[in-house]
Amino acid sequence: MNHKMIRYTLGVILSFEAVFLLIPIITALCYGEWDALFATLLTAAICLAISLPFIAKQPKTTEVFAKEGFVIVSLSWIVLSFFGCLPFFFSRSIPNFIDAFFETVSGFTTTGSSIIPSVEDMPKSMLIWRSFTHWIGGMGVLVFVMAILPLSGAQNMHIMRAESPGPTVSKLVPRVKKTASILYLIYIALTVLMFFMLVFDPGITVFEAINTAMATAGTGGFGFRNDSMFSMSSYVQIIVTVFMLLFSLNFNSYYLILKGKIRDAFNTEIIVFLCIVVSAIAIITADVYLNNSLVSPSGEAINGSFGNVLKHVSFNVGSIISTTGFGTVDFQHWSALSHFILIMLMFCGACAGSTGGGFKVSRIVILFKAMLREFGNLIHPNQVKKVSIDDKPLDNSAVHSVLTYLTTYVFIFFGSLLLLFVGESVFNPGAVDPSANFMTNFTAVTACFNNIGPGLEAVGPTQNFAHFSPVGKLILSFDMLAGRLELFPMLILFTPSTWKK
Amino acid sequence: MNIIIVGCGQVGQHLAEQLIKDKNNVTVIDKSYDNLKSLTDRIDAMGIVGNGASQVTLAEADIENADLLIAVTNSDELNLLCCTIAKKCSNCQVIARVRSHVYNNESDFLKTELGLAMVINPDYVAAQEIARILRSPSAISIETFGKGKVELLKYKLPDDSAIIGMSVKDVMMKYKSDILFATIERGDKAYIAKGDFIFNARDVVSIISSLEASQSFFKKLGSKNQSVKSTMIVGAGEIAHYLCDEIKKSKMSIKVIERDMARCDDISSTFPHVTVVHGDTTSHELMAEEGINKAGAFLALSDSDEENMIISMHAKEKSGAKIITKISRMDYDSVANRLGLDTVIYPKTIISDMILRYVRSANNTRGSNMETLYNVIPGEVEASEFFIRKPSEIVGVPISKLRFKKNVLIAAILRNGEVIMPRGYDTIEMGDSVVIVSKVTGLRDITDIIE
Repeated sequence: MNHKMIRYTLGVILSFEAVFLLIPIITALCYGEWDALFATLLTAAICLAISLPFIAKQPKTTEVFAKEGFVIVSLSWIVLSFFGCLPFFFSRSIPNFIDAFFETVSGFTTTGSSIIPSVEDMPKSMLIWRSFTHWIGGMGVLVFVMAILPLSGAQNMHIMRAESPGPTVSKLVPRVKKTASILYLIYIALTVLMFFMLVFDPGITVFEAINTAMATAGTGGFGFRNDSMFSMSSYVQIIVTVFMLLFSLNFNSYYLILKGKIRDAFNTEIIVFLCIVVSAIAIITADVYLNNSLVSPSGEAINGSFGNVLKHVSFNVGSIISTTGFGTVDFQHWSALSHFILIMLMFCGACAGSTGGGFKVSRIVILFKAMLREFGNLIHPNQVKKVSIDDKPLDNSAVHSVLTYLTTYVFIFFGSLLLLFVGESVFNPGAVDPSANFMTNFTAVTACFNNIGPGLEAVGPTQNFAHFSPVGKLILSFDMLAGRLELFPMLILFTPSTWKK
Repeated sequence: MNIIIVGCGQVGQHLAEQLIKDKNNVTVIDKSYDNLKSLTDRIDAMGIVGNGASQVTLAEADIENADLLIAVTNSDELNLLCCTIAKKCSNCQVIARVRSHVYNNESDFLKTELGLAMVINPDYVAAQEIARILRSPSAISIETFGKGKVELLKYKLPDDSAIIGMSVKDVMMKYKSDILFATIERGDKAYIAKGDFIFNARDVVSIISSLEASQSFFKKLGSKNQSVKSTMIVGAGEIAHYLCDEIKKSKMSIKVIERDMARCDDISSTFPHVTVVHGDTTSHELMAEEGINKAGAFLALSDSDEENMIISMHAKEKSGAKIITKISRMDYDSVANRLGLDTVIYPKTIISDMILRYVRSANNTRGSNMETLYNVIPGEVEASEFFIRKPSEIVGVPISKLRFKKNVLIAAILRNGEVIMPRGYDTIEMGDSVVIVSKVTGLRDITDIIE
């Protein structure tokens, strides 16, 4: 283990966080929020004070192997969340430390699950900090650092691989630094484009447009109105729907489109993703339209015309599969069929190489093809067949690692669900109506683990996560981090042999 | 530069590593996923699995924007095909490694007709280097600069050498030769020769000087440095073929021992004046019978690295001949140094150095004014030659007044065809060629050498 390099990188990350805090600092200055200004300035000072001794000297050996890459990434995210929650805590906008930590983890991991009952009472500078954590967490903090700094010479790829979602992370160009810059440039361009399309609407303020663009880009989903996106105009809702889906596509495809390789850009994963989206929208729209179950966040039935239903269903399907978590109508009132489809979408998640979470469509495609191959092997035991995607044979080890991922995913999911049940019944009995208890905990873990945001019942779109016990919130925070970093970086932290000399 | 390397073998990997150190963007194509993975885990290159001669694979490697393609797979034909197709896809430069002597004889045709920038044959360049050493056997290796006017030769201090225990300054005072000590290798460590450095036995010293100066220095040292009269070669492979061809004009007597009858036939019919012996190359009796104790030079050029090392050690024990050992693997160099062999030839290092030299001089037009580059000690010390085209802060200033970076040495100045061994009062002038020895790798401009 290269401990020096790990410490150095963590120092770099902290100093970057201090720079990121300029955004809430400037906002607080603009809106005259002195408490929040003091809290953010204090946090920035703490970050700088701690990071300076670490980054004073670059270590001699900058070699980073896969193990160090994992450790650096997972520790960075924990450190970022820990210090990122201090402004909320110091400014007393979130008085409880565990709550503030949960909120910040939810921000960086682009989950969007909140413990704040009324976001409209929050200082503007804290709201923009929440949205910014989404934006920087979406594409990855270390990827951002890499695009700017030559972080550790040659072996940056291990860090990028550990932080970027998807079964295989490939470079766009020979250099890691250039690849990271290209990804961020595409990301920034799309975010800015979305911002300008939003500010056209007179019903949305510039502040709200910035927040919406950042929270959508990271597929995060923190709102700034108590009804999330319900009171926005149809124009804004449609723009957000489109961009949620755009940000859940593989960013490599945008690069290919820029290079003029449009045919290559529409690969199997994206086609499957779009098919899933279209069929989910079709089924749920039919279901909601026939049952006339369109209900506003405040609980009133609203205009159930086909067009209106289609708009709201598309928004919510887009919000769930892209793992954003914005809401318009309260889907708690939809039928069990629609609920089940939404839960399936939660697990499915976005494309690899996007800012979205979940299991990733590409893994599902690989698993499905591997399953077909196994069937084939039962019929022709001596058959030799490679799993191939986009006419490219996939290495057996890649298939194997997806299977391992599935297993780990299932274990962590059910393990943390069990712990949550135990924790909640010991520390927090009776907080939730017993009949809703199962669905609440199940969808809470689903929503956090897949970085979505809202679940069902007591964590539904109009509810929040405040009622969980501190233990429950820590378990869910772990789930969010594990889900965002694709399991293994977090698990490696808890493996004793990682730390052995 | 954007460079595509086809073939992720030893040479390909070594090249990728060195080219990335020089700030080039490298994409490596190979058929094996595992080879590529182990490389791209180590260095910042992009790996693409596929056939390098396929237009689709090349397009994936972004051949349109590539400046150079280097084909170093195991197959000559594949390398040539890669280059031909790459040429059709874009207007990049192409370099092919070609081993077979059939193509070697046609390298000029290949260069002009297929538009290849370089056709390199590891065996041929190794044979050329061996021939150079046979002419000046005190050295364990010889490189030339400034169109052959300046030599960089490595010399291993024998146990009874007169300069052991003396410092660099003292040797210069005592022998008053116009030479310059550049580097000293002791075990795995390399040092730039400073004035107070004390020589030990078995140090490998690299010396920069003109041809005559080095000859006179060795004479003063009392070391024999006359051309070798008789040579014994073990292994009649490609290198032996090229070598016999290289030295057939000299009056050297050549004896080749080879185990394989077909190869014996081949070499004896091509070179009638060569004595060819068919027999077990590892047999002590056979070597004694063929007069190893009287040979001026002993060359272990068989296909097996291990066999070459062992028989070289045996030969060293049995005779005072100059021993030259060929080693194909690139990662044996530290082991080979410890074995106490005289001269070890690494064909793969030689060709990757040639390619690096080409790449750096191609970078020439974009900011670097380097003419040639040699790895004095691979990965550690380089010797580079700069041509001074434009005025800069170092031109016209006495060398003693310049503040050099650590481990940088001005080794020689060439002015109007004359070699100047630089002293403190000398200056670098416009139009000079300057040879720099440095532990800092990746120099691009002469001004990189000062603080």
